Amino acid sequence: MAGLMAGFGHYTHAVVRGIPASLAKEALRTSQAEVDLTGARTEHDAYVEVLRTKLGLEVVELPADESLPDCVFVEDAAVVCGETALITRPGAESRRRETEVMKEALKDLNLNIVEMTDENATLDGGDVLFTGREFFVGLSKRTNQRGAEILADAFKDYAVSTVPVLEGLHLKSFCSMGGPGLIIIGSSEPAQKALKIMQQMSDHRYDKLTVPDDIAANCIYMNLPDKGHVLLHCTAEEFPESVKVFEKLKDHMLIPVSNLEKVKVDGALTCCSVLINKKANI
Amino acid sequence: MTTESGADSEAKQPQAKKEAEKEKTKAAADPASPQKQPEQLPAAVGHSTPARKEQEQQEEDQESHRSSTSRLSKSPLRGVKKVKMMQCKIALLDGTDYTVNVEKRAKGHVLFDKVCDHLNLLEKDYFGITYRDVENQKNWLDPTKELKKQIRTGPWNFAFNVKFYPPDPSQLSEDITRYYLCLQLRDDVVSGRLPCSFATHTVLGSYTVQSELGDYDPDELGSDYISEIRFAPNQTKELEEKVMELHKTYKGMTPAEAEIHFLENAKKLSMYGVDLHHAKLVGNLYESLAPAEGEDSEGVEIMLGVCASGLLIYRDRLRINRFAWPKILKISYKRNNFYIKIRPGEFEQFESTIGFKLPNHRAAKRLWKVCVEHHTFFRLVSPEVPPKKFLSLGSKFRYSGRTQAQTRRASAQIARPAPLFERSSSKRYNMSRSLDGAPIMENHEAPVKDGTDGAPKAVAKEDIITSVTTERKAEEEKEAREDEAQKGGAETPEPTVTTPLRHDTKDSEPPPEVAKHQTNISELKRSFLETDGGGGAAGLTEWEKRLSSSPLRSPRADEAPMIEPLELQDAEDEQPAGEETKEELGPKGAAAAGYLVKYMADSIITDGPSSSGPHGISLSTTMDDDVFVDGTLREEAGDKTPDSQEEEEEEVSDRSMVKVSPGAVRQEVSQAISDKKGTLIIFKQAENKEDTEYEGTSEKEGLAVPAESEADGNQRETEASAAVKGQTSVVKMLSPAVEIKTGDGTQIKGIDSPKKAMASWIFEEKVEISEVTSVFTKEVEELKALEEPQQKAEEIQPKSSPTRIAVSESSSASLAASTLGWVSPSQKESADQDEKEVVITENEAEPANSKAHDGGEVVAKDVPVVHTETKTITYESAEADTNGDADPGVLLSAQTITSETTSTTTTTHITKTVKGGISETRIEKRIVITGDADIDHDEALAQAIKEAKEQHPDMSVTKVVVHKETEITPEEGED
Repeated sequence: MAGLMAGFGHYTHAVVRGIPASLAKEALRTSQAEVDLTGARTEHDAYVEVLRTKLGLEVVELPADESLPDCVFVEDAAVVCGETALITRPGAESRRRETEVMKEALKDLNLNIVEMTDENATLDGGDVLFTGREFFVGLSKRTNQRGAEILADAFKDYAVSTVPVLEGLHLKSFCSMGGPGLIIIGSSEPAQKALKIMQQMSDHRYDKLTVPDDIAANCIYMNLPDKGHVLLHCTAEEFPESVKVFEKLKDHMLIPVSNLEKVKVDGALTCCSVLINKKANI
Repeated sequence: MTTESGADSEAKQPQAKKEAEKEKTKAAADPASPQKQPEQLPAAVGHSTPARKEQEQQEEDQESHRSSTSRLSKSPLRGVKKVKMMQCKIALLDGTDYTVNVEKRAKGHVLFDKVCDHLNLLEKDYFGITYRDVENQKNWLDPTKELKKQIRTGPWNFAFNVKFYPPDPSQLSEDITRYYLCLQLRDDVVSGRLPCSFATHTVLGSYTVQSELGDYDPDELGSDYISEIRFAPNQTKELEEKVMELHKTYKGMTPAEAEIHFLENAKKLSMYGVDLHHAKLVGNLYESLAPAEGEDSEGVEIMLGVCASGLLIYRDRLRINRFAWPKILKISYKRNNFYIKIRPGEFEQFESTIGFKLPNHRAAKRLWKVCVEHHTFFRLVSPEVPPKKFLSLGSKFRYSGRTQAQTRRASAQIARPAPLFERSSSKRYNMSRSLDGAPIMENHEAPVKDGTDGAPKAVAKEDIITSVTTERKAEEEKEAREDEAQKGGAETPEPTVTTPLRHDTKDSEPPPEVAKHQTNISELKRSFLETDGGGGAAGLTEWEKRLSSSPLRSPRADEAPMIEPLELQDAEDEQPAGEETKEELGPKGAAAAGYLVKYMADSIITDGPSSSGPHGISLSTTMDDDVFVDGTLREEAGDKTPDSQEEEEEEVSDRSMVKVSPGAVRQEVSQAISDKKGTLIIFKQAENKEDTEYEGTSEKEGLAVPAESEADGNQRETEASAAVKGQTSVVKMLSPAVEIKTGDGTQIKGIDSPKKAMASWIFEEKVEISEVTSVFTKEVEELKALEEPQQKAEEIQPKSSPTRIAVSESSSASLAASTLGWVSPSQKESADQDEKEVVITENEAEPANSKAHDGGEVVAKDVPVVHTETKTITYESAEADTNGDADPGVLLSAQTITSETTSTTTTTHITKTVKGGISETRIEKRIVITGDADIDHDEALAQAIKEAKEQHPDMSVTKVVVHKETEITPEEGED
């Protein structure tokens, strides 16, 4: 039976991209941290390995592009929901070309491609929180109203609500989904404020899991056939208090993933992959 | 047959006559019916008129008598003339047209019922009939209004549509209902009103095909079978192929199953059941609206979406805000502005009002109406009582059908075997057929003046928001007059024609077997509360909600369960069950109501002449936001509500009394009810317009729907008041405690009440009371103390006040007047006293709106000048005296409950006090009866008192105050 909006967290494929050497120096960042390129690459390899080996996803690895220092953060280049992929127009000019390879990759996966051609529109995938029932789009430095409108047009089934992101880079810099109807949220004031807005805008009911560290609230949730609820989250090394919170999730397979280096250039866990659910054949 | 204007006056007459007859018989059949009043009312009114006014009054009496008789004699040959029939063409959901003839003067529900019969549809409350107005805008046919007043021009073409989209279609009882819902949704999808993705189009399309054509069968269907059917606004070959692919997988699925699947998918669409209206933001303060750079949010184009859960604000396709119904305190419109008043948030102190500019006045009104209806249907247990027409401080429009809760209950009783019906609609969706049209159901229009269902005319409240501006009003009045003029003499509205909404509602009630389920409203309410907390909070108890929300703010990493339900905004606002009860029982619809009867019963335990403790919780508690649970829209209480003012005046000596927090109070409802002893009934009936408005305001909760009134309101107001013969009388009945105790009925005879019916009724009531009391006296441990309201002498003078506040003063004045009256134990005396002491004011206070209009001066005859006369009659038990100087005692508890029936709203205050070791329970009931001239006030009053008595059989009535205020506009008798 065909059912829409079912199977939140079901993924079969992941698109990732390598880390260019330029990331260390040129990638955009909100802080002045020094990135250890090797460390970042090791980290990323481990991340991809989890997706491929541990979780059994079909991983599409795109080559790094030295002219695109931020290209590892593929999430910002595309929003995929169901059979539709929206190729974004990233808010940072230096990142616009990241979408090219992404588009090709998603085309190859037979997704319906929607492109954001409007030159007034900007949207980073990191500002898009899909809850399984609706979208929240953070209006941030990287994403504007027009970008959100185009997203709403691309995914007509769903309500698309806008949420001002007053602090932090992206909406998902302090939140993500931790399961169907479960929002993981940081405890900072801006995070809580944003959550309140989401709450007000929504017709749906959500549970929330509050973690002490905002960035730790960025997790990857999946619901996989033989593994059930899976949550990729930060390591205890980075955010011990937040990890204690995750450890209370009894129904989830918890997989700590190190993100020490990428986080220095504002890369969170969700940033590094685009997850896709390709049905065998409908 | 098509519409004509004017030439049909002849036809109208007999029909009006006929209607009058019908109503009469109906009234006769139903003792509670308010309908029989108009005829006897003038006489009764005259009878009770204080002497000072007598002469004038008599003249008026005669006049109205005359007019009513002449009215009757005008059409002596009733039923002889042929009734004018009109042909109506209704576009059905399956694409066919249904043609049916209805009487020209038939009301909307007649047509609706015929269509539903034709469709074999029982769960019809989700549906409605639309028509296009002169601007080609879709309007919902008001079932309570005559068709011809709604269809002003053009042929009588209608469409049958889903009006309220059930959030969970699987809860519909019958497949046939789901089938029609599917048809509507298919239309919504194909027309683009319900946007969906390609994938959704394929899924919905595939179920449609399965439902209509059955299993995929290439031999029978061929390969191109599918292009006949429309699935999407832009249907592509690719889509059709995908639909076919899916269709193949459905072998064996029945049509009904396919429709269930269809609905399960459709209901999840974000625009499912959202009625969109174009608007612009007014003001630039807008929560969470992120304007584009350099853009002021003022004047931003938005869309307002009305749906089951509340009001959605869209900017383009984006949702930029959402106001769940519980978050909205009030909705109103003025000219082309639409306003919502928002409950303050968790950390906010003040309510905020957000304004939207609609394309024109009619659009604003249409939006307002849709909001009223959706709120009522989805949030309330039973519809609000429509406000009284002739006082028309606001629109009298209310949703008059059943609510979702009611219709669910009713349809649960449907016992017929599933009707067979043919699903044959596919043809209508073939490409050639043009569907409804606009991509989105936009109610966007150019400003046009059209009095179709009445231009707003009156204003209400202290709130600017609801007030109509002068020009507007003038214009509308003119409109209304022209309207009337057009119709010609025979069209002159008569009270009988101006059937109150309430009556209409009755008419439109479903067949008895279905209807009976809604008879016991309170039962319904109860079970509704049990089963469905209503709204978003479903499932969670308040306690659970609290629990879940509390840790939210101080997350502690090292503590146990971290997952907390994130409540919806509305859930958060929702109140505990008790409070909800309150909401649902709460008086509704009194807001714009004109005619007001208040009735308060103070319970007294008369074991000795002990004084009463503090009685009566200040009504102001009721006004507390918290009390009004769950934030249904509630009439704005404002700071000065006459009720609370009155209440306080009454309680002058009790000032020390602590106001009990509403929450605590509520918990004790049942207990207190069982404890009560002795009842004091103060019956207060007020017909002062402003007064009413005010009281309505204060007591009302539920959807507050102040708005401009209908176009013809003015006219009707005039007639109505003429018919009623404005007068205010306050009657207080107090039976001496002794009498009560001995069980010998207090003789309340010949009450100087305006109506005989009332007098006799009261007498009966009295007897009952005494019986009850005798049983009651045995309980010694409880003290019954009568708490007589302290009269404030200065309040006795009703002031004719140009402002609403002043009006409220005048209302309290009349109350005070009533207290004056109580001294006289016998009716006659009281009558005398009325003459002497009760100030009969001829209030020149006009309705607020007219004030705005002419600055408080009587300018023209068309302007309704309100003359208010006040009369007080009091009956009171002797003990009242004793407790005048009583020690207030210690307040144990106090609570306020509200309940309502069709035409009455009851607010009950129960106070328990202890004084000198004796506990006393006092119940004070205030019953507000809102009604038109056509409502039998006596009947309603009697009913209300009776019900009150039935509720508290173990208590005695110690005081009844009837306060009635009527406006009269002498010059404009029948017009």
